[in-house]
Amino acid sequence: MIINHPILGPRDSQEFVYLGDAALIDRPDGLAEGALDTFHDYLYLRDNPAGLHRELWYHEQGDRSWLVVTRNTLTHEITQVELARDVARARGRSK
Amino acid sequence: MTQSNRIPGGQIDRSRSLSFTFDGVTYQGHPGDTLASALLANGQRLMGRSFKYHRPRGPISAGSEEPNALVELRGGARREPNTRATVVELFDGLSAESQNRWPSLKFDAMAVNDRLSNFFTAGFYYKTFMWPKAFWEKLYEPIIRRAAGLGSLSREEDPDQYDKGFLHCDLLIIGAGPAGLMAALTAGRAGARVILADEDFRMGGRLNAETHEVGGLTGADWAAQAVAELRSMANVRMMPRTTIIGAMDHGIYAAVERVSDHLPVPLPGKPRQILWRIYSRRAILAGGATERPIAFENNDRPGILLAGSLRAYANRWGVAVGRRVAVFTNNDDGLRTASDLKAKGMEVRVIDARKGEEVVDTAGRLGLSSVTIRSGGRTETFACEALAVSGGWNPNVNIASHHRGRPVWNDTIAAFVPGQGDIPGLEAAGAAAGRFSTRAALETGAAAAEGALADLGRSAPARDLPTAEDGPYAITPKWYVGGGKGRAWIDQQNDVTLKDVKLAHQENYTSVEHLKRYTTLGMATDQGKTGNVLGLAVMASLTGKSIPQTGTTVYRPPYTPVAMGTLAGRSRGQEFKPKRLTPSHKWASEQGAVFVEVGQWLRAQWLPRAGETQWRESVDREVLATRKSVGICDVTTLGKIDIQGTDAGAFLDKVYANTFSTLAVGKCRYGDAARGWHRL
Repeated sequence: MIINHPILGPRDSQEFVYLGDAALIDRPDGLAEGALDTFHDYLYLRDNPAGLHRELWYHEQGDRSWLVVTRNTLTHEITQVELARDVARARGRSK
Repeated sequence: MTQSNRIPGGQIDRSRSLSFTFDGVTYQGHPGDTLASALLANGQRLMGRSFKYHRPRGPISAGSEEPNALVELRGGARREPNTRATVVELFDGLSAESQNRWPSLKFDAMAVNDRLSNFFTAGFYYKTFMWPKAFWEKLYEPIIRRAAGLGSLSREEDPDQYDKGFLHCDLLIIGAGPAGLMAALTAGRAGARVILADEDFRMGGRLNAETHEVGGLTGADWAAQAVAELRSMANVRMMPRTTIIGAMDHGIYAAVERVSDHLPVPLPGKPRQILWRIYSRRAILAGGATERPIAFENNDRPGILLAGSLRAYANRWGVAVGRRVAVFTNNDDGLRTASDLKAKGMEVRVIDARKGEEVVDTAGRLGLSSVTIRSGGRTETFACEALAVSGGWNPNVNIASHHRGRPVWNDTIAAFVPGQGDIPGLEAAGAAAGRFSTRAALETGAAAAEGALADLGRSAPARDLPTAEDGPYAITPKWYVGGGKGRAWIDQQNDVTLKDVKLAHQENYTSVEHLKRYTTLGMATDQGKTGNVLGLAVMASLTGKSIPQTGTTVYRPPYTPVAMGTLAGRSRGQEFKPKRLTPSHKWASEQGAVFVEVGQWLRAQWLPRAGETQWRESVDREVLATRKSVGICDVTTLGKIDIQGTDAGAFLDKVYANTFSTLAVGKCRYGDAARGWHRL
């Protein structure tokens, strides 16, 4: 597979490490009410869609950035690649 | 031995002779020969024994689809089992042995299986060796494996090197027949970066095996001219002896280049094979077509070949498999074999299935001696050494189905063609797309290249197609000859017969996927290149459904078998698993330490002293010495993180489940830590 890195251009997927569902970005507040249940869901429950999937890839052999890649799990077609940083910022997280 | 079956013509260099041995007997051949063509030239039709019934077998093809002529090539550590004699390029000093026979190829004791064939039908092992359950693994399976088998490994370390490499191109062209060459010329002249890969050592595909002219030259000469022009272009990379084994994602293709297999040993510093990862922006599948047999009784004897292959042996290699030849065909292409062989002075008898004629049986224990023909209610015997069979041609859809794409049935040619857009960026051309005439191959090759150039934003040069034959390919499907009591083979490599498919149908295996697994049809190393569609057609006729309703055949990578060494590349031994040594290693080994593997590290386990007979004595002594005085442990093998500062202890309390802030200076403690999703 080839991942079109937003900064570095097309890179072979061999340079990346795959982490999984991009929902991992939304780590729950461990001190909130009912944190045990939300953490349980966060840690153990995953969707396994046949089709579009937003997932985290880490450019370990490159610039060490985290990416959010939107990939069709049936065809491996990649429709969108974003920096995970930008995704988090757009949700008002971080600076 | 003399080359008794060598006839004039062909693309072999008769000015030089190459000496080689098969089962210890020395033969002669010429540069340009394959092992199979050279053996056939020497009158040796018998090359192997079949997998299950140990039936005498010879080659049925002249290419990589070969199910039968499997040999053990070379000797010593370089011995390679299950090599197809039809693709082994002959070199001086080559040695090959037949396999799956004992004590000899001509007399094989295990051929008793053939007499017991009524028992060895589909599912025999599952039905017979059911219990006691524990016996399967320990007793039955080892015995069965020994009796039914292929070649054997040398069990020595491979002395050769294998490399991996990366290539980039605008356009990858798979196959260098008329379609591939024309596509490469079109794209190459337009200045695109082109890679042209072909599994053969001589580019040209079927042009090398046919007699008709292209652009006023013989097909082979036109191909040689095209190859010369392409070689002169700096933007074109020519890769003969290179098989595209798989279509990966996003325009990436895997290829195996056989750099040194045509030499006795690799040249100094050269690898034996290279596994290439080719990054292409567009690709053209011009991999041609594979002929399929017709199933009739005893259709597996040495001397019975696919018609196009028999023609190829005559035209390309100057080999007559026999002087008296029968041709059994259901299409016009089979007639071409008849006319080519007649022109070479052979006596030919045509059996045209479209006229109601059929071959009902054959005779000849170690090689064909006659065929029985039924025509208009009359049965007669025709004595011959060779039988050419053509049940039609299957476009090589293999690569196009690597992304789970389903090939599409085409009624006109009675075969599957690649589905549109099965692999993004890949377009089929020529016979691979079901366009069988040379003219159509040239045209579709040029058109596919023009399409790719347009996608790449380049303008194509004016179309300059040479004249070529545009003959019809009239086929009336004929899959099998029914009515007999004997066995008719569908998949020769796995010894699957018409009966097996019928039995599977009787036992209600209605899905093609189940049929395949139950009978092992198409599950041999050739992936059923010659037999799959035939098996499907038989299934369809049994169920009364059409072939596309019955199912399709889907192929998976690799296109042809790949050596494990090629996949490993340089990652073997030290390079796969390096040995890591601690700073104290030299000292410890001088003390005679016993080492243990800890991941990649070697760690000293204990240091035996003279007189100590077992490990407990050494370890007890070391433990007591440490208790009483001091011990040293080299923990280089563990990872280390240096944490400094006044709150280091408090910080570690948050990281670990157990307490660290109470740890005294100079002491150590094991800690329990967990990542988010692991429980302790």
